[in-house]
Amino acid sequence: MNQVSSNNSKKLKPGQIQGDTGLWEMVIGLEIHAQISSKSKLFSGASATFGAGANTNVSLVDAAMPGMLPVINQYCVEQAVKTGLALNAQINNYSVFDRKNYFYADLPQGYQISQFTKPIVGEGEIIIDLDEGKQTTIGIERLHLEQDAGKSLHDQHPTKTYIDLNRTGVALMEIVSKPDIRSPQEAGLFVKKIRSILRYVGSCDGNMEEGSLRADCNVSVRRAGEEFGTRCEIKNLNSIRFINQAIQSEAERQVEILESGGSINQETRLFDTSTGETRSMRSKEDAHDYRYFPDPDLLPLEFEDSWVKGLKESLPELPDTLRERLVLDYGITPYDAAVLVEEKDYVKFYEKAALGRDGKLTANWMISELFGALKKENLSLLNSPVSPESLGELITLITDGVISGKIAKDIFAEMMISKKKPIEIVKDKGLEQVSDDNEILKLIESVIADNQDKVKQYLSGKDKLFGFFVGQVMKVSQGKANPGIVNKLLKENLK
Amino acid sequence: MSNKKSIVDIQTVNKIARLARLNIPENDKDNLIIDLNNILEFVAQLEEVETSNIEPLASVTGHKLPLRIDEVTDGNIEDLVLQNAPEKSSGFFVVPKVIE
Repeated sequence: MNQVSSNNSKKLKPGQIQGDTGLWEMVIGLEIHAQISSKSKLFSGASATFGAGANTNVSLVDAAMPGMLPVINQYCVEQAVKTGLALNAQINNYSVFDRKNYFYADLPQGYQISQFTKPIVGEGEIIIDLDEGKQTTIGIERLHLEQDAGKSLHDQHPTKTYIDLNRTGVALMEIVSKPDIRSPQEAGLFVKKIRSILRYVGSCDGNMEEGSLRADCNVSVRRAGEEFGTRCEIKNLNSIRFINQAIQSEAERQVEILESGGSINQETRLFDTSTGETRSMRSKEDAHDYRYFPDPDLLPLEFEDSWVKGLKESLPELPDTLRERLVLDYGITPYDAAVLVEEKDYVKFYEKAALGRDGKLTANWMISELFGALKKENLSLLNSPVSPESLGELITLITDGVISGKIAKDIFAEMMISKKKPIEIVKDKGLEQVSDDNEILKLIESVIADNQDKVKQYLSGKDKLFGFFVGQVMKVSQGKANPGIVNKLLKENLK
Repeated sequence: MSNKKSIVDIQTVNKIARLARLNIPENDKDNLIIDLNNILEFVAQLEEVETSNIEPLASVTGHKLPLRIDEVTDGNIEDLVLQNAPEKSSGFFVVPKVIE
């Protein structure tokens, strides 16, 4: 099946496909559906929380009973505007709600209230970080507000579908990218960046497992420099891994069809996670005839510039500016800074730990030691047994020369288990670094006495043995001797 | 009355009926074609008005869209919500299988 991609795949750049007739490239646009972190729904006062009993979070508005009228949630409007500002996008002070008409069992209204010709947020752009410090800009086409649909359960009964309307009417932001994405990897980075921005703004928790963030991918292929090809839309992908797989396999499918003389049908497709391939979903020709028209139940949404300005001032520091500040304030590398700004919580932790200390060393310890240990234990930073204060104290113990870097690793392992403060562990176990010249001299003398033959060899020109002596002294000190002083004193005494 | 030609034909009636999930008897369709064309012709009179420089009017009252505070004020009425359901089971609506 996949012979198209297997040839020469080593030399291909991400997003390129080697066909029998030449090289193809992918053109990708994403639609991200982000559930707004509101208490109640977009147009009703029913709860928007996840996991309640079937049909308990449903009002008569959500159930589309006759005569019920939608009233918009102000918080949701604020979150859409704040997100738009964070995407460097045009904010539209005048936007309109439209009805998108289609029939489905989990859509009691028979239409979704969405925004079509006049969305609340227009064009913007974000920057994504590629490999080797390269960056690229991805355009944002728009962001609009819309209702989520209910949930259909198909596995409860052999011939029936069970419907739960709890999610019906929950507020979504649909964020649409421009077709600027050129590889599955870039698509994944785009989703990650959007998720990070949403979390900083606080407008969406970004939880892909619970479905608060899902993506539809529009994929087409073309030969380099040619016009865009016909696209297919892959619906409802809820992990970055699936986004990667779905785009790759869909693009390969399209290349196979085009190279064998066929043409692409513009259609909606589903990604089958068990086969790793996409399949056609709705083939009926009128499935996309949504007959949008302005919702007569809702007036246009209007607000003042001054209100937008107030929201702009309330925005927190966003990942891109934060990253620059970390590099400047703490002297860390742009790479480390990028890792730390991925999540708001990482930065909070880091700044607490690094305050008044060696920023680089703190970043190293946090990223390699702490993140590594947490990953091993399957813990998140929020549940870290090591607090930022403790990590900071450990850094201070290292930079003050109280303990060596090697001993610090043992202490850190102990901190992960016992939650004790590093200084307590140092005292309990007698792990203070020995920096006293006389004490180290005693150790050196005993090592020299025990290794007379090696001393002779060293003195007769075998310089490499110096490392052996350092190692022996460290060993008899149980790793506690200050390596700098050991070096200095050894040189003076091996004469 | 410049726009006299018929816009709606049998294909259009069939398509609208399918989109609206209406089962229209064959012998009603001819009359529907005539009715729909008459309605469209009537509305087409509006095309005589010059509107190219006029913004669409959303409301004649001058009211603004009212906004509500984000609070949970509704829900927990599943009995009421399910009251008219032809079929239900343990709190769910039950419908014929709909799966792609």
